[in-house]
Amino acid sequence: MTHTKISMAQALNQALRDAMTADESVVMFGEDVGALGGVFRITDGLTAEFGDKRCFDTPLAEAGIVGMAVGMAMNGMRPVVEMQFDAFGYPAFEQVVSHVAKMRNRTRGRVQLPMVIRIPYGGGIGGVEHHSDSSESYFAHTPGLTVVTPATVADAYGLLRKAIEFPDPVVFMEPKKLYWAKEEVDLTELQPGIGTAVVRRDGADATLIAYGPAVPVALEAAEVAAAEGRQLTVVDLRSVVPFDDETVCAAVRRTGRAVVVAEASGFASVSSEIVARVTEKCFHSLAAPVRRVTAFDIPFPPPKLEKYQLPSVDRILDAVDDLQWEDS
Amino acid sequence: MTVEEHLLPSAEPVCLIDQNGVPHDHPSYRLPTKEALLDGYTQLIRGRRFNDQASALVRQGRLAVYPSSFGQEACQLAATMVLRDGDWLFPTYRDSVSIMSRGVDPIETLTLLRGDWHSGYDPYEHKVAPQATPLATQLPHAVGVAHAARLKGEDTVVMALVGDGGTSEGDFHEALNFAAVFQAPVVFFIQNNEYAISVPLARQSAAPSLAHKGIGYGIPGERADGNDLAGLLAVLGQAVKKARAGEGPQLIEAHTYRVQAHTNADDASRYRQDDEVTPWLDRDPIERLTTYLEQQGWLDDDVRATAEAGAVEVAAQLRDGLMPEPEVDPADLFAHLYAAETQQLQQQAAFLRDELAREEA
Ligand SMILES: Cc1ncc(C[n+]2csc(CCOP(=O)(O)OP(=O)(O)O)c2C)c(N)n1
Ligand SMILES: [Mg+2]
Repeated sequence: MTHTKISMAQALNQALRDAMTADESVVMFGEDVGALGGVFRITDGLTAEFGDKRCFDTPLAEAGIVGMAVGMAMNGMRPVVEMQFDAFGYPAFEQVVSHVAKMRNRTRGRVQLPMVIRIPYGGGIGGVEHHSDSSESYFAHTPGLTVVTPATVADAYGLLRKAIEFPDPVVFMEPKKLYWAKEEVDLTELQPGIGTAVVRRDGADATLIAYGPAVPVALEAAEVAAAEGRQLTVVDLRSVVPFDDETVCAAVRRTGRAVVVAEASGFASVSSEIVARVTEKCFHSLAAPVRRVTAFDIPFPPPKLEKYQLPSVDRILDAVDDLQWEDS
Repeated sequence: MTVEEHLLPSAEPVCLIDQNGVPHDHPSYRLPTKEALLDGYTQLIRGRRFNDQASALVRQGRLAVYPSSFGQEACQLAATMVLRDGDWLFPTYRDSVSIMSRGVDPIETLTLLRGDWHSGYDPYEHKVAPQATPLATQLPHAVGVAHAARLKGEDTVVMALVGDGGTSEGDFHEALNFAAVFQAPVVFFIQNNEYAISVPLARQSAAPSLAHKGIGYGIPGERADGNDLAGLLAVLGQAVKKARAGEGPQLIEAHTYRVQAHTNADDASRYRQDDEVTPWLDRDPIERLTTYLEQQGWLDDDVRATAEAGAVEVAAQLRDGLMPEPEVDPADLFAHLYAAETQQLQQQAAFLRDELAREEA
């Protein structure tokens, strides 16, 4: 395939399409994923193309959806399921934490669950309550789950393909505010491995560590900082679990300063884990304490107030300014 | 009476005034009084106007989203008309008309959908729980409120609303079971509008009807034509009476139809044909009641004028209340999370205050 300009939603759709073509055992199901094509149209046209045995609507019950996926994965299939929104995945929490995460371990590796739970997450779309949660920390905290989140169109395609091929269950977090962002991509080349972070921008002065919806904001901040004379590296985690200590620490050691940027609330979160790891591993390279720009520790606010909750370029730049620069 | 006779719903949905406005006798249910029907008519006209005005305002960007109950107004209103002041209502996101008819200020009813706060009204003032968006999760709460009322010796009844899709969630089943085991005075009222967003009823349940779902829990089920206000008032009225009399929870299914898309953000043409919708337009709850009342000679100019005045008033309330941009205070973000604000929240509130002050400077 040559370069085409597509949105993240289209890239995810193409990844599902290609995975279903490549492997007959891949099935897609959830709420409104059939005729409607999903409320975000990620499964658009799949039922028409592959039939309703391969892509189908279920009764409205998330625990049922994930539980059935566990059984189907036990019996040789590769289910991909959709939770319609972040907060509507919570009824499935029991299944995810007690079974999806633990099956390999409980059965001493005899039962594997090659399944993917797709979850549109995060704010920035003016959604009313329960439509904008950042739920990745619950999953990242649960041993046995692999948690990935793309920040670019190319990664959306590549990571979803990898997630479906992966031998273990993957919680695939889709930053919903990036669904419509378009990029020029070549889908044939793009296969980032699960567990590898990537340096999106190189700069010698400080490192911004971000993932998912926070990555474009971090890149924008780096752009502004460059104009003001400060060169920032931006690391995109892509994979929260497994965590790529190597790439993250290499960047921090090179720059000696770091700010973690995340859309989720900060307390007991993925962002706090990153700070802890970087501090433990790179202490002697650090010229300043690692700072964080996260959401406040409050429920995601209603649409009219969400701008105060989301990480902004200004907040990132303020945090960078705070990194104990000798000349300030 | 056998268990089957006690628990099984009627063979056909109860209908007292059919779609042509023709009244029908029923062995178990009687037509509501003239006064009740005229009151219902007035409320229907107002409820419909509320839906139309809210839909217009969402197109003008004054609401973030509006899940309309257009065509389901008879269900919305019957659910509250059968309640007393001390009773409780547990609504979903689609039940704005129910909430408003309970006496909640129309603007406060729409706060969630406008997007300035998650819930705009005081739940204790009119005994209306905050609207629940996570499906069926409000139902166990309804059981808890009802059980607490019994423990306190109050004769409160709780009206718990849920959609056809919501009956698939585990919480629906747990709530029914708890209510039955504790004999809690809850009326579970399913508005079966045949769709859960794009998913038709046939993909939701293989039961003979949703009202049959009570049987396994020991809860009597009944079903009614959801576009017949008269039948709904009779069926729901009886269910409330039984629950209040200590006969335990009741399950009522209304057969209605979601005439419009799921919300303004939905495109129903992707999953259903227009010719499926058309017959339902003829079953409109307002038209049939109007025809009946006219034939009885009850719909005089006074009644019409009163109904129209109520509709005009609510539309004006929505326009006046929703056109201005609401004032939001960023300090609210931290205000109501814990009884006592934590150190961390105080620091974060100070951070935001400082940030905003710098922006202004
Ligand atoms: C737990 C949960 N899962 C998914 C959703 C997303 N969602 C919102 S409304 C809806 C359909 C609900 O259908 P139904 O219960 O029939 O009510 P209706 O919208 O028809 O009134 C879905 C799937 C949700 N709100 N909560
Ligand atoms: Mg429905």
